[in-house]
This record gives sequence, structure tokens and C-alpha cells, in this order.
Amino acid sequence: MKKLIFVLVFCSLFTFVSSRAEARLTPRRSTLENGLILLTSEEKALPMVTFNLLIKAGSRYDPQGRDGLANLAARLLTYGTRNRTALQISEALDFIGAGLSTGCSEDLATVSLTLLKKDLDVGLDLLAEILTAAVFPAEEIDRQKQSVIASIKAREEEPGAIAERKFMEALFPQSPYGRPVEGTESGVQRIDRAELAQFYKQYYRPNRAILAVVGDISHQEVAERLAKSLQSWESGPAAEEAIPSASPGPASFIHVNKNLTQANIVIGHEGVPRNHPDFYAIQIMNYILGGGGFSSRLMDSVRNERGLAYSVYSLFDAEKYVGSFQIAMQTKNESAAEAIRISIEEMRRIREKGVSGEELQAAKDYLIGSFPLRLDTNRRLAGFFAQVEFFGLGLDYPDRYAELIRQVRQEDILRVAKLYLKPEKLIVVVVANQEKTGLKNKQ
Amino acid sequence: MLGVVFFLALIVQAFFPSHAQAQTSQLQEVVLGNGLKVLLLENHKSPSVTFQVWYRVGSRNEEDGKSGLSHFLEHMIFKGTSKLGPEEYSRIIAKNGGRSNAFTSADHTVYFATMSREKIGFAIDMEADRMANALLDGSYFEPEKKVIMEERRLRTEDSPTSALAEVAGAVAYTVHPYRRPVIGWMGDIQNLSREDLRSHYRSYYHPNNAFIVVVGDFSSGEILAKITSAFGGIPRGDEPPKVKVAEPLQRGERRVVLKKEAELPFLLIYYHTPNLKDPDGFALDLLSVILAGGRSSRLYQDLVYQKRIARGVEADYGGLSVDPTVFSITAQVMPDKDPAEVERALDNLITRMRSEPVSERELEKAKNQIEAGFVFGQDSIFGQAMRIGQYESAAGWRYLDSYLPGIRKVTTGDILEVTKKYLDPDRRTVGILIPIKEKNR
Repeated sequence: MKKLIFVLVFCSLFTFVSSRAEARLTPRRSTLENGLILLTSEEKALPMVTFNLLIKAGSRYDPQGRDGLANLAARLLTYGTRNRTALQISEALDFIGAGLSTGCSEDLATVSLTLLKKDLDVGLDLLAEILTAAVFPAEEIDRQKQSVIASIKAREEEPGAIAERKFMEALFPQSPYGRPVEGTESGVQRIDRAELAQFYKQYYRPNRAILAVVGDISHQEVAERLAKSLQSWESGPAAEEAIPSASPGPASFIHVNKNLTQANIVIGHEGVPRNHPDFYAIQIMNYILGGGGFSSRLMDSVRNERGLAYSVYSLFDAEKYVGSFQIAMQTKNESAAEAIRISIEEMRRIREKGVSGEELQAAKDYLIGSFPLRLDTNRRLAGFFAQVEFFGLGLDYPDRYAELIRQVRQEDILRVAKLYLKPEKLIVVVVANQEKTGLKNKQ
Repeated sequence: MLGVVFFLALIVQAFFPSHAQAQTSQLQEVVLGNGLKVLLLENHKSPSVTFQVWYRVGSRNEEDGKSGLSHFLEHMIFKGTSKLGPEEYSRIIAKNGGRSNAFTSADHTVYFATMSREKIGFAIDMEADRMANALLDGSYFEPEKKVIMEERRLRTEDSPTSALAEVAGAVAYTVHPYRRPVIGWMGDIQNLSREDLRSHYRSYYHPNNAFIVVVGDFSSGEILAKITSAFGGIPRGDEPPKVKVAEPLQRGERRVVLKKEAELPFLLIYYHTPNLKDPDGFALDLLSVILAGGRSSRLYQDLVYQKRIARGVEADYGGLSVDPTVFSITAQVMPDKDPAEVERALDNLITRMRSEPVSERELEKAKNQIEAGFVFGQDSIFGQAMRIGQYESAAGWRYLDSYLPGIRKVTTGDILEVTKKYLDPDRRTVGILIPIKEKNR
């Protein structure tokens, strides 16, 4: 069209290798002598390294009456080791500008560390210390208990978080998957030092862990360094664990009355675990229903057409052993009933009529096309590798992904919508000024 | 569509300041004949490209009674053009594997898409169309107004800390438009009209009042050809009105209390400061890190760790703004603690820091944190593009070059100087959130 001189001036210096994306997404994998699974991908563009460690030490291992123990243990990892006080650990980390954080979910405790390559020695020493020599000082336990209890209180200030918690409680009663990971105030108060130390000794073991490392370091170098620094981290007994049971609670309507301008709504029911054979068909169906952002049906009918909500989405959250389906939104108190009605109508419509060929193609195009782009940082890659390993998806998962999506047909969508959307089983949670929603009287 | 395309011979190359081996790509600036500035940074670490259009308009450009206009316009831009149906932009981007969205701040309105190199042309063409041909009317105006009111309820009305920040901002600034919330006051949103939107669009959405930032896996020549072909034919617009309001010097502390349903009290302090164009900006940035960067920082150690009166603390220097700004300190108060006690502890700490210099090691630690953060920030092409855009919006992207060298030069004496000069009790606004019990629990 236009013969522009600058094209020559700017002529690209880089040759584009089309298979590079796939190589980037496939880590090297090995198992260290102590049983730790190591996954790495060398990314030399920046002088930094990111570590993402998953350990099977989540809240589902909380002993009876000690809700919140796993979470407290994870928080305390960086608050004192045999060699260093909490302050010495923070000083060391802050001085190299590194980020070290710990977290806890129902299944897993996590440790993530990001640092500059030149500070690798300092970081690896710290990582090894918190994994092998955490000491849980009494004063720090006290401090962290106070802090957890404060955050349990603060959570009550977030209506969306209240709705989510109430929903999970109703969905998985009497199950660790229905309890908040932070535990309860009384449970947290009861936890003592011996219990923390015992939990750490039992569950923080290399043969229960997956470590993903992405950055300016080769597989061999990481493996060699870890073999040295984690020498004293001994594997625990390889006991077979029972798969946790979580039977879903019945359909129900839950109101929480708060003086808010908006009703925070979560409606849903049980879903499927990650290894379910229909997982991919369900994800596509959900993309069209409410997972696809501005392209979804719920966004169209609740937000664009009626202006009822700023944010509305649906989600099939598939964990290792359990899954949930949720629609979440916020709307002014007065329109809560209407928003719920329209959402349920959309569930019914997709169950009865399925989706158009065009909708299916658009969903597939997004999921396949965005797959490598969603993994565009070292941090995201490290998280992805660890998850793929935890769910047992296989190293070739990135190569298989497109085909897994492509093979889903229009009739599969209709079938999974009928099977896995269950309007008769809905748990409806509304956190709102109930006087204004008028919902309570209708019950 | 377009005949001749002019290029100013303004092709500048600059090495990013960082560890030399960290950043081999170069930032290039090209200005099209219609005044549209294009900033390009190749980064081939992942196969995606982020494409952002920045308009130099935000709540700063609004008037009393019309607050929230820029943000409303941002929403309506998604409602289509003569070629694009409502929400079709988002659908086309998604269908091509991309992600897109937009946001508005006090100083700018930004539209962005992240896609593969092969597909980014879709975003480029549609953004050019939206710059010139947005419809802004039709049946979507009223429903979208409701959506924005829901957004305000979600972000502000039902969020005690955001509500406090909003009212404290309205007190810290007396005449400067930064006193108004970006999303707008509820009453103003309700009163905005289609004509308001059209006139705002006509005044501010011009190539010469916008700039483009592209970062990622592309070749500059190829993408510049696409951008030129899409945007080059849009005519230059009239220069938009300049905002000339200057905030007068504050003489004496201001206090604001918000009583609202909440669980825990919250404390917020705003100190007036210049923006990053002032050489003091480097020391102010470091000061925020010394105060609250990491668990070994001054405020964290004192308020959270030792005294256990706060759950968390933050300090932030908002230097990336077009006009003079504020340095903020916030504290989440622990249950059963008095915000007054937190304020006293803060006061003591700041008073001490206004008379004694910090240690050399403390300063070095803060510098290390900023330098490491600078490298980590390059892990994300979106983050990189944001940073370039924010600098360009506030002061010109070349200030980015002087950032790390400027940080490295700061001395403990400079930190003492800026703490004395700006963390002055007479130039601050203190905001306190007092939780009230629910009436109807």
C-alpha cells in the first residue's frame, strides 16, 4: 500500500521463531533425592528469578477444633528460624529488595520468592531456613494470632467476601472446603506452639512439595544449588492419603442483613473437580454463560441491557478434589430480586437451547488464542507449572490444550449445561439491606 | 483514506536505565503529522503485544456539577461507532485471543488490548475508529448510567476506606480539580447528559491530545506502519482547554471524620507535595519506602510489629501526576485500638524523622528495593507500558531515564530535608474512619 522508508530503517533485528511459545511453556522436570519435584524454565531476558513452591499443607489438614492452624503455620514460616529472628529475616529480604510471601488454601500452603539473580545465595539460604528450620517463637505466634483475628474481623467489612464465605459454608457443610482457611477466632486462640511445630514437622516435607523456578538460571544450576541448600530437608513417610469427602449441602436461601446500598449476591451449587472428563466442555459452556467478560450472556443481559450491575460473572472453580459453580454480582438493593431472576433465566436458557455455532467458535478462539498470552510473565509461568504438576496434567499439557478445546462440539455444550447447571439445587446468598430488597418476605 | 503521511524526524532512542544486561530493547518515539505521539518498546520475552491509547483527559479536566464525565465517556466509547456495534470491540478482541479494557484517572483515560503480534492489528484499527467516530448515543445511554451508579456503589458507597479517601481528598484540595472523585459524585453522574458526553469527546479525543504506547513482541517498522495507516488520517483537533488552577498553600492542619458502618477504624494522612518534575520527587519516593516498604520499614516496625496498634501501614508518594500531588500515609487500626493512639505514634515517628537523619544502611536498603522493583516491573509488558504511559502523561517519558540515576544520588541529608519540608503538620489533612454499629443487624 504505502511504500514507507521507515520500514527499512526499523527493520526488525529479531527473527521470530514460531515454535518458541511452546518451548517456553514446557518446563524441565526432575525429582530431587529428597523427593522434591522441581520444574524450571530458563528465561534470560531479565536478571531475576522467581520461585513458586506448593506444599500439601493446606487447611484441610487442620486438626479437629484447630481451624486456622495450617494458615497460621504458613504465616509464621518467615517469623523466626533457628538462625534468624523475624526482624533479621525481614531486614535480609528488604535489603535485597526481594519479595517473599507465604499463603494458604484448602489444599496447599504456598511460598513465593522473587529476587535478583545476583542475590540468589541470600534468597536460597532464606528459603532453605524457612523450610527446614522454622521455630515458631511464642511471641510471634501471639502476634500472628492477633493479626489473623483482626483480618477475620476486617473481612466482615467486605460484603462480597461475606457472601462468598456464606456460600461455601452452605455448599460444603462439615467439610474443610466449606470453612474459611483463616479459621475462626476461637479456633485460632486455642492453637499452641507444640501443635504448630508438629504440623510443620508432619506436613512440610519435600515429598509433599512442588517447586517451580522461572528466570535467569538453568535447570542444572537450580538442581545443584537446591541439592546443597535443602540437604537437611528430609522426606516424610509416603503415606497414602484418603481423598477428602465433601458432600454438597441442599438448596437454600441465605440472607445477611447489612446497611449497604448494594445487594451482594452469590448463587450457585456444586461443580466438578479439575480431573473431570467434562472439564473442558464445562469451561467453554461457562465462558459463554458468564465467564467470558464482556462477551458473556450474563454481562449482556444483566449489565448491558438492563444496567443492573457493574460486575457480573459465573465461574466453575475446579479444585483437585471438589468444585463449585457460582454466579456473583452486586446490584442496588431494590433490584436484587430482578438480577437473581435474570441470572437463573440465563441458566435455564443455556440448558434448554444450548449455544449457537458462532458463540462456540468465539469461545474456542478466545481460549486457544489467549492461552500462551495469559502466561506472559515469569511469575504467571511459575504458578502455571506448579499447578499443572499438582493437577497431574502432564508436561505436554500446553501442546494438548488446543485440541482439548477444539474437540468440544455444540451438542457437548448442551449436554454439560443440562448435567452440571442445576437450577433446582441453587444456594442463594444475599448480603444486603434486606428491608430494601424485599426478598425476605417472599421466602 | 490517507494521502501523505508525515513523519517528524523525531525518532529518539533511549536505553532504559537498569542493569545493562536487563533491557536490550529501546524505546522509540515517533510523532505522526497529526500530532499523535507513538512510543514503541520491543520486548520479546513472551509472544504478546500490549497496545494502549492514552488520552490526556480525566477528572482533572472536569467542572463542578459535571464530575465523572471522563469516566462516563470511557464507558460509552465501548458502545460503538458507525462501523462497530455496541460491545463489539470487546468481542472482536476476545475472539482473537486478546484481553482488553479501559480505565480513567484524574489525569488520563486509557484504552488497552493485549494480543498476539499477528492479531494486534485488530486493536489498532478499532482504536483509530473509536478516536474519530464514537456514537455515544442510542439506547445504551440510560442503562450505562445505571451501570456507573452501580460501580460507584460498589467502589465507594459500600467501601468504608474508599469513602474516607474520597472525602479526605475533597478537603485536602480546596480549588484544584483533584478534589473531585474520578468516578464523580452520585448526583453529578445522575445529571450528566448525552450532550455533555459529545462535547467532552469533541474537545479531548484528538490525535494531538493523545499518545500511544506499544510494548511487546513486534517489530517496530511493521507495527508503526499499521498505526500510521490506521491513525494517520485522523485530522488534528483544536488544542483542548488548559487546566490552570493552582492549589493555594495550605496553612494549618485540616481534619475530616467519616462515621460509617465498618468493622475497624482507619487512619489516613495526606501531605501536599510537588509531582515528579520537582527534583525532590526522588527523595520523596525513597521516603515512602523507608517509611513502609517491607516489614523492616519504620512504620511497620513501630506500629504493626512493636506496638501492635495497626494491622497494616502504607506510604505512597503520588508523584506520577500532572499537577502537584499528595504524599499519603494510611494505617489499618487493630480491633479495640484507638485511632488517636495510632495517630500519636505516627506523629512521634514523623517528628523524630524531621530532626534526625536516617542511617546510610536504611537509605541503601530503600534504594535496593526500588532498583529491584524496577527490574521486576519489566517482567510484565503491560506493567512496562503502564509505567511509560504514566511518565509520558505526567512529565514526558524521558523522565523515566533520569529515574534510577536520580534515586541513586539521594543522600540521607536529602531525606531529612524533604521530610522537614513536606511532612509538615500544617500542610496535612488527617482523615479518620469511625466505625458505627449496624442499625439493623
